[in-house]
Amino acid sequence: MNTDLYTYALRLGDDALVAAQRMGEWIAAAPQLEEDVALGNIGLDQLGQARSLLAYAAEVEGAGHTEDDLAYFRDEREFTNLLICERPNGDFAVTIARLLYFAGYQHLLYDALRSSSDATLAGVAGKAVKEVAYHFDHATQWVLRLGDGTEESHARMQAGLDAMWPYTAEMLASDDLVRRLAAAGVAVDPSTFADEWHARVGDVVDASTCTRPEASYQHSGGRDGKHTEAMGYLLAELQHVARSHPGATW
Amino acid sequence: MGADVFQETIDADGRIEPRDAMPDAYRKTLIRQIAQHAHSEIIGMQPEGNWITRAPSLRRKAILMAKVQDEAGHGLYLYAAAETLGIDRAELLDLLHSGRQKYSSIFNYPTLTWADIGAIGWLVDGAAIVNQVPLCRCSYGPYARAMVRICKEESFHQRQGFEILYTLCNGTGAQKAMAQDALDRWWWPSLMMFGPPDDESTHSAQSMAWGIKRHSNDELRQRFVDMTVPQAEVLGLRIPDDGLRYDDGHWRFTQPDFTELYEVVKGNGPCNAERLANRVAAHENGAWVREAAAAYAAKQSMTKESAA
Amino acid sequence: MSEKDWPLWEVFVRSRRGLSHGHVGSLHAPDALMALRNARDVYTRRQEGVSIWVVPASAITASSPDEKDEFFDPAGDKIYRHPTFYEIPEGVEHL
Repeated sequence: MNTDLYTYALRLGDDALVAAQRMGEWIAAAPQLEEDVALGNIGLDQLGQARSLLAYAAEVEGAGHTEDDLAYFRDEREFTNLLICERPNGDFAVTIARLLYFAGYQHLLYDALRSSSDATLAGVAGKAVKEVAYHFDHATQWVLRLGDGTEESHARMQAGLDAMWPYTAEMLASDDLVRRLAAAGVAVDPSTFADEWHARVGDVVDASTCTRPEASYQHSGGRDGKHTEAMGYLLAELQHVARSHPGATW
Repeated sequence: MGADVFQETIDADGRIEPRDAMPDAYRKTLIRQIAQHAHSEIIGMQPEGNWITRAPSLRRKAILMAKVQDEAGHGLYLYAAAETLGIDRAELLDLLHSGRQKYSSIFNYPTLTWADIGAIGWLVDGAAIVNQVPLCRCSYGPYARAMVRICKEESFHQRQGFEILYTLCNGTGAQKAMAQDALDRWWWPSLMMFGPPDDESTHSAQSMAWGIKRHSNDELRQRFVDMTVPQAEVLGLRIPDDGLRYDDGHWRFTQPDFTELYEVVKGNGPCNAERLANRVAAHENGAWVREAAAAYAAKQSMTKESAA
Repeated sequence: MSEKDWPLWEVFVRSRRGLSHGHVGSLHAPDALMALRNARDVYTRRQEGVSIWVVPASAITASSPDEKDEFFDPAGDKIYRHPTFYEIPEGVEHL
């Protein structure tokens, strides 16, 4: 097995899966019916990306596993998603801040990944880039409205941006694996678009009248399977039914 | 003169449109019916939405998310139709939140297992389709058109529910037992979705005369049972009615105990309090968001005016 | 400010192979841009190649049913729909 490729596809797939899981929690709880539909669309897009990427990871693994085997039967320490994806939804502003940061990252990532020498990754990226452009736009519209809305919404938006900030460096970090794969033209090294990410996100924050969050301690560990305490609960919900009936088809 | 045109249109099976003259009672009945239909869609998002995070395969998770999202969309179409009658969505939501308007009692039952999601698609959406297809020919144009759009999407939902159960029934012993248990709990409440028996139904006669209601409760209930019994056989599940028997082209069934329906409608069902509390919480928790968006829009238009 | 300040928008969609925009329904949104976004989500499920118009409901002037046979001097003082067209008294049952 091409361990590097497997690991890389898994990372991207886990990001999308965990993000989709969090987005799914908003359905029937959004501030407006139109927003239930919008967030549902975003969650569905993310889930679609997850399924494509996990299915590909399973194929590369070559052990006869499926997307579901990977999603439901791996333990927490085997999940390689970014910590930002697993953070609890908080209020609407926290979710929107998380979406701004994460979709901003995914957009730059997929945009470059479209030229991957790996045909499957290029294909997934080609479809996903349009979706995440919309996600980033949706987040932008809300950051503007919440930041420059009422005093309360401004305070909450600032709090959301600040709360999610310590999880952003991990998104933009490089490591040996990604450098190897990027050198081979397969993957995209996020550190190569970090400046662009800061510029785009910074512009939105500025326009919203919020303040760019200050430098702070940055969390990491997701890529090594070292998650935050939220992850255990998330996986318990996600995996419980499937694990209660091992080998069953749904 | 308007009243004659109204009656002529009804008698000719035509459509009444938003600004046509109509009896006030017709308008009020429609507002109540359409709004309660809309409320049902959005409350219905909860029992199914509960299982999105726990769906046992990614494909099922995606299908369920799409289904619940469709229901939000249906709620939107229906509120839009109700608004053509001169009432605001915000007022309708107030009526729901304060308990002055109702939603379908079926959504006051809990979804306890994954199989319940299958049962809801098969039985509850199945019953809804039987109720709703005739509404596509309702006399009030906007409602009829909303129903056409909704019915198209609803038939997917029913098939998906059936497919969930079919997979369970052909799976492990535990899965099959899960499916039978879900049927046992959802069968009678689904029959009650068609409302009280005809001889106890107060609104029906007038609604029929106005082309809002096309068939009686008992007729539709019988139609549903006739459709569903053969489907249960395909699944290999037993309908929990010892009195079920085939006679003269129909499946005769035991009349449900409607006291349960009346109790649930009154508020004494397993989930009434939670459903409404969750709905109100979503609305109240979202107030600051809606206010922010309105404030932003106001600022933008003031800026435009001063720039002009 | 309350949700009552989210105005009503009418949505018109021209499908990819369509010739003209058709009215598909309405929704509430705080401003035009969000109305367009929401319309995409609700009425087109983000299909590509569709064209969407959103129009504030209050901007629409519609003909009166009484003018069915002789069209046309549009009655400019009549509006398509006004939320306060009918007064609903408080506490009315079943409404």
